[in-house]
Amino acid sequence: MNVLTLLGLLPLLGALLVSVIPNDHVIRIKQAALATTLLVALSTILMWFNFDTANTSYQFVQVANWIPSFGINYAVGVDGLSLVLILLSVLLTPIVVLAGWNESEGGRWSAKVFYILILVLETMMIGVFAATDVFLFYVFFEAMLIPVYFLIGGYGSGERAAAAVKFLLYSLFGGLLMLASIIGLFVISSKNGGATFDITKLSEMHNYMSSTTQNLLFLGFFIAFAIKAPVWPLHTWLPDAAASATPGTSVLLLGVLDKVGTFGMIRFCLSLFPDASKTFTPIILVFAVISIVYGAFLAIGARDIKRLIAYTSISHFGFITMGIFAMTTQGHSGATLYMFNHGFSTAALFLVAGWMISRRKSSTIADFGGLQRVTPVMAWSFFIAGMSSLALPGLSSFVSEFLVLVGTFTRYPVAAVIATFGIVLAALYILIPVQKALHGPTTPGNENLADLNLREKIAIGPVLAVIIALGFYPAPLLNVINPASAHVIESQGFSDPLPSEGAGK
Amino acid sequence: MVFTTPVLNYAQLSPILIVLAGAVIGVLIEAFAPRNARHNSQMFISLFSLVSALAATVSIRKQAGVDAAMNSVAFDGAAFLIQATILIIAVLAVFLIADQENFTALAAAIPGSQEERESLQKDLRVTEVYPLTLFAVAGMLLFPIATDLITLFVALEVLSLPLYLMAGLSRRRRLMSQEAALKYFLLGAFSSAFFLFGIAYLYGYSGTITLSGIQQSIVGGSGNDVFLLLGIAFLSVGLLFKVGAVPFHAWSPDVYQGAPTAITGFMAAATKVAAFGAILRIFYVSFANAEWQWRPALVIVAIITMLFGSVVAITQRDVKRMLAYSSIAHAGFLLAGVIALNKSGLDASIFYLFAYGIATLGAFAIVTLIRDAAGEVTDLNRWSGLGKRSPLTASVFALFLLTFAGIPLTSGFIGKFSIFSAAYQSGSTAILITGVLSSAIAAFFYIRVIVLMFFKDPVEDGTSVVLPSALTAIAIAIAAVVTIVLGIFPAPLLSFIESTAFFIR
Repeated sequence: MNVLTLLGLLPLLGALLVSVIPNDHVIRIKQAALATTLLVALSTILMWFNFDTANTSYQFVQVANWIPSFGINYAVGVDGLSLVLILLSVLLTPIVVLAGWNESEGGRWSAKVFYILILVLETMMIGVFAATDVFLFYVFFEAMLIPVYFLIGGYGSGERAAAAVKFLLYSLFGGLLMLASIIGLFVISSKNGGATFDITKLSEMHNYMSSTTQNLLFLGFFIAFAIKAPVWPLHTWLPDAAASATPGTSVLLLGVLDKVGTFGMIRFCLSLFPDASKTFTPIILVFAVISIVYGAFLAIGARDIKRLIAYTSISHFGFITMGIFAMTTQGHSGATLYMFNHGFSTAALFLVAGWMISRRKSSTIADFGGLQRVTPVMAWSFFIAGMSSLALPGLSSFVSEFLVLVGTFTRYPVAAVIATFGIVLAALYILIPVQKALHGPTTPGNENLADLNLREKIAIGPVLAVIIALGFYPAPLLNVINPASAHVIESQGFSDPLPSEGAGK
Repeated sequence: MVFTTPVLNYAQLSPILIVLAGAVIGVLIEAFAPRNARHNSQMFISLFSLVSALAATVSIRKQAGVDAAMNSVAFDGAAFLIQATILIIAVLAVFLIADQENFTALAAAIPGSQEERESLQKDLRVTEVYPLTLFAVAGMLLFPIATDLITLFVALEVLSLPLYLMAGLSRRRRLMSQEAALKYFLLGAFSSAFFLFGIAYLYGYSGTITLSGIQQSIVGGSGNDVFLLLGIAFLSVGLLFKVGAVPFHAWSPDVYQGAPTAITGFMAAATKVAAFGAILRIFYVSFANAEWQWRPALVIVAIITMLFGSVVAITQRDVKRMLAYSSIAHAGFLLAGVIALNKSGLDASIFYLFAYGIATLGAFAIVTLIRDAAGEVTDLNRWSGLGKRSPLTASVFALFLLTFAGIPLTSGFIGKFSIFSAAYQSGSTAILITGVLSSAIAAFFYIRVIVLMFFKDPVEDGTSVVLPSALTAIAIAIAAVVTIVLGIFPAPLLSFIESTAFFIR
């Protein structure tokens, strides 16, 4: 059996296992979920070592007929880009399970349902990145909304139902626009050489489209991904969803699910519609730059710690989008690496913020203060995560942000220069809460907060380790990412303005 | 004058004849059998005749011919598929009807009269509903295979008259039910008159009442085009009334709400299949060459129907009315298959009809389970918290809503995908875009119900979920399984339809 298929099935099997454990054995349920996700992570790491970085075509490929009437296949395979994102997903999931050990309490339903939803979601995350059939991708893209919807609405806090609905409606709307484009692609392909959804074959189809058709189909995909990513002005669902969801769900939402948007921009928008991508690049760059600055300003003004992290993410997604549409190898490599790094730094921020909130029973930044003295480990974790978020040299985000800016500057200097201000603003939006929450005198009511326990330390340890390690030595990831990025750029007739030295090597 | 003996192909008529025989036996049972033996024997006769009719239509599926009854009935692949769909839906509907709780004690008693009270005290149960159902089914079986306009009209009346009666059989809120029946009857009679008008004009145009004869006149182009236009327009009014397309939809919310829920389910599912079967045959066989005369108008009707149904459904507070508006929207989606006017449009419509019919029946079956002391509870506000009280029922209902919304991995998604791609293939970009937009709007109210069921707290007003009787449970289970299986493995049915469906001319 194919490795990827097996990988995708593992969490489902875990979900099945969880579902047969009686409801009152909560510990067993959690252990089963954790064991499954760890197993998936280990298998993926094994797969990582079997991946041939020199080969730019899809690997671990499996193709089976699914709906032959429409030329739809169950087709999976990974290249450097999707491998990195799958790795991100499967590494974050066990961390989320471990870190949010008690998240399922206080939900509408039992812990069992919570872990089943998480495991089903993991299957879909693997599927959405591994799919090389556009229809299959769409199925995962839409179906993964359902578990997230129930995770936010059932286990979140505050206005959780409203936030879940907002999230779902935004995503469904985008998804349906994408469906219209997919139908368009399907009809065009069936008129030109037989109906197919194979991404490689479909990337030839732009030769058969008028530029209007190509622009429209591009927009269908792009809007869906821009909602998902999210890019200004389609971002308004994200702060609500992130503020209402449990920290673990937020990690998966911002860390992985939103990456489907930026992943889709590379995999689908650029590969399927190269000409339309070029046409829209100036507008998209404007939106990306606005996202960077606007997200940063919102973050500076945020009072709620979860919202703050959500706003910083909008700013970061602006960077990623900019890197993608800069159409340079460095920009792409930077954007892909950024996706991975952002996943980890957001995870660290959200998890620590979640622990802070659950201890203090408040998510207002002003309620914290002087945590460094009371809970040093928690405070330092938050500090490192924050520094990674503002791209401090030596931490992982710096490498990717630098690559994105360099990659953009070579072609769009103005955008890159404005975006650089985003870094300055980032210093503000991270340092202000760090100062308020961690330093200074201990705010009354915080004197007896407990520091991280062993489980929490074990959960946050690897995240911080990855952030620091990749800051010093990003080569393992870049070796996988670079060939894939170069391939995307070359195969669709974009060229780097300057001779590329294989950035980051 | 010479009389020719009519030659009938009994094999090809056998499904209709079997159902009619069952209906006649049912009437005899009503007349002669003792009251307490009626229910079981009626149920047995109904199921037996429907299943034998299904077996009959399957056994003759390979036959095709236009001379089943003196050139006024045709049997072909499409006829087989439509008939089989109607019969399967009818069997499931009889399962629901057999749960006699929903029906009035004595249909003839005036609401609120002494006679009614007595009948209720004696715990009488109507059993006329079984032969009425069978008569309606016989009409539905004939409607999509009739190839001359008079037979078509007869079939229309045979299927409609029992439905008018059945709509008035509700046990509770009888006045509303009878009002619904009267409304349905009056408007139905009105639309039948339009239908007859159309027949007259078409006869005036072509000098014939057979579908193929009209087609030849259109190809010949010698007739008066004004008559043709008027004929098509009036005929369409009659047909669009039956499927509840805007602006001929006004009856459906009231009738859906007033009729006993089992009947609503039967009506919503089976009538739609039969009427669309007839519409497809008439437009594909007879009017295909006059597409410029009717297609623009039908495109407009389809667009208005989709948007109107989806938008108005948002404001509904009653689950049956909401499902009525949702079925209006679905009529719009199905019209897209008619407009496509190609083989894939035919295939897609048949698949959609099957998937939608089964899911609709399942959804109404669930509605029959939510009750309080006074009968079914259809006020949506009182459905809140259903997910807590009865997770399984709520989940299955959510499944049906998701398939109506067209979420991937449900049959509704495959149906929508295939029907929209068929429409786009024939060049209807407008249909594709409105279809997708109204799906997005529709998703809003489906999701609202899911929110209500899962994310709101239960109301304590005696609303409860009754345990379904075995037959209802089977019907719901079948509907749910079909919905999921067709969502994940639609290939066998799709390719079967693709190889089977054709219209003989």
